[in-house]
Amino acid sequence: MATLKDATAIAGIGQTAFAKRLPESEKTLACRAILAALDDAGIAPSEVDGFASYTMEETDEVEVAKAIGAGDVTFFSKVGYGGGGSCATLAHLAAAVATGQASVGVAWRSRKRGSGPRPWKNTAVQLPTPAQWTRPYGLLRPADEIGMLARRYLHEYGATRDHLFNVALACRNRANQNPAAIMYDHPLTREMYMTSRWISEPLCLFDNCLETDGALACVIVSAERARDCRHKPVYLHSVAQGLPAQHHGMVNYWNDDPLTGPAWTAARQLWKQADFGPEDVDVAQIYDAFTPLVPLSLEGYGFCGRGEGGAFTEGGALEIGGRLPVNTGGGGLSEAYVHGFNLITEGVKQLRGTSTAQVPDAATCLVTAGEGVPTSAVLLRS
Amino acid sequence: MTVDDSPLLPVVDEDGAPFWEYAARGELRVQACASPACGELRFPPRPCCPHCGSFESAWREMSGRGRLWSYVVPHPPLLPAYAEQAPYNAVLVELAEAPRIRLAGNVVAGPDAPLNSVDPARLRIGAPVRAVFCPAGPGGGVTLVRWLLER
Ligand SMILES: [Zn+2]
Repeated sequence: MATLKDATAIAGIGQTAFAKRLPESEKTLACRAILAALDDAGIAPSEVDGFASYTMEETDEVEVAKAIGAGDVTFFSKVGYGGGGSCATLAHLAAAVATGQASVGVAWRSRKRGSGPRPWKNTAVQLPTPAQWTRPYGLLRPADEIGMLARRYLHEYGATRDHLFNVALACRNRANQNPAAIMYDHPLTREMYMTSRWISEPLCLFDNCLETDGALACVIVSAERARDCRHKPVYLHSVAQGLPAQHHGMVNYWNDDPLTGPAWTAARQLWKQADFGPEDVDVAQIYDAFTPLVPLSLEGYGFCGRGEGGAFTEGGALEIGGRLPVNTGGGGLSEAYVHGFNLITEGVKQLRGTSTAQVPDAATCLVTAGEGVPTSAVLLRS
Repeated sequence: MTVDDSPLLPVVDEDGAPFWEYAARGELRVQACASPACGELRFPPRPCCPHCGSFESAWREMSGRGRLWSYVVPHPPLLPAYAEQAPYNAVLVELAEAPRIRLAGNVVAGPDAPLNSVDPARLRIGAPVRAVFCPAGPGGGVTLVRWLLER
């Protein structure tokens, strides 16, 4: 059987500044990030013939292609489920490039979530099935929906708010090393965490990701071509999407085991195709729209057993020098929340050796997309 | 209060309509496969049975008894109708007859009491609750299923 293993690589990454409010449009920011990524790769925009992004991306391929000066485009795809689609954009381009449907693929996300509207305030689009079963009761926001799973998780496994704090702290500590991070100048203490305002009990302010304006992009080419580009290639070793049986999206309340989410499905597919396992991962970028997604993902991707994700965070395990350094740019909690695309670019920086919180000799990196919704993941290796 | 500031009402789809019609009569019913060899309950309702593929379904009456599986206590920022009642509780109730079906709702002091009518400190995972029915919206056009703590 044909395989995508190491067939393609990320040859370029690009990003704009991150801020609560940027003056430029999402379209302009998208173009800036994409052109920066192409420049980073040393590839001319006219060579781009493939695109992948999120269904929630507001700027479509037509606008991007004509603005950056792409040539004839022969592959374009969009992935649904918000942040669950981040790594899938790479997976789709890897498949396209490996099978000759395109030769230079660009994946991107541009979003003004910092200065733009909060999606949950738009009740018109928030009330299709299955919202009729949840929204009238004031289960309005992703924080409420995930908070429900979080409380059950804490109850069932004896995990504590200190475990969630460990996640928030690791991300903040890395952001404090990253001048591009929104929280670069803002250290976090346990006192601040434990006394912060609630968003949806049991989740407090610091359990929630940032609200950010910004854009990021990366360029995917064949492994062979990547070796001729400006930087050391970062290979897409394994890619996977995951939609479990009887899954219901972020309101995953109506099956046997709501705490076994899409991460478990994506993980089985990811590891099945890989030459190495969780114990060989040097650094991980784990989707962190909310802190409890990290222990849930640690379990799903096999870094610990069921119910052990909270305890895994103890003793500085997620910090540099710990068992599994995570979100080394600061993640969605403390660098920028751009639907997880900054986790991808940070993974590339780690394997290039250029992260602001470099894990020594990092050669393998797991990047995950949003847990709690149909998801995706990639294993990167240098 | 303008329409935009009102509490959200269920926007009912074709599959879900019978649930709300039964609720308006004070009945808590869940869709079940009508194939004699199967009979599995399913929620949310959908066109066919994921176990056997049958398109025949029936709506089976539940006792209205259940237990709290989890809950959250939302605080602002929220939509206006909810912000003015915050902090309030939103709960998931596992049904006595079908524990893997966990209906979302609110624990309230009475059928038409506000969302914040029960002190969140009284809520415990596993607490027994029972369903009550509350007409809502203009003219009471929709009936919401809500929950009382069993004493
Ligand atoms: Zn059936």
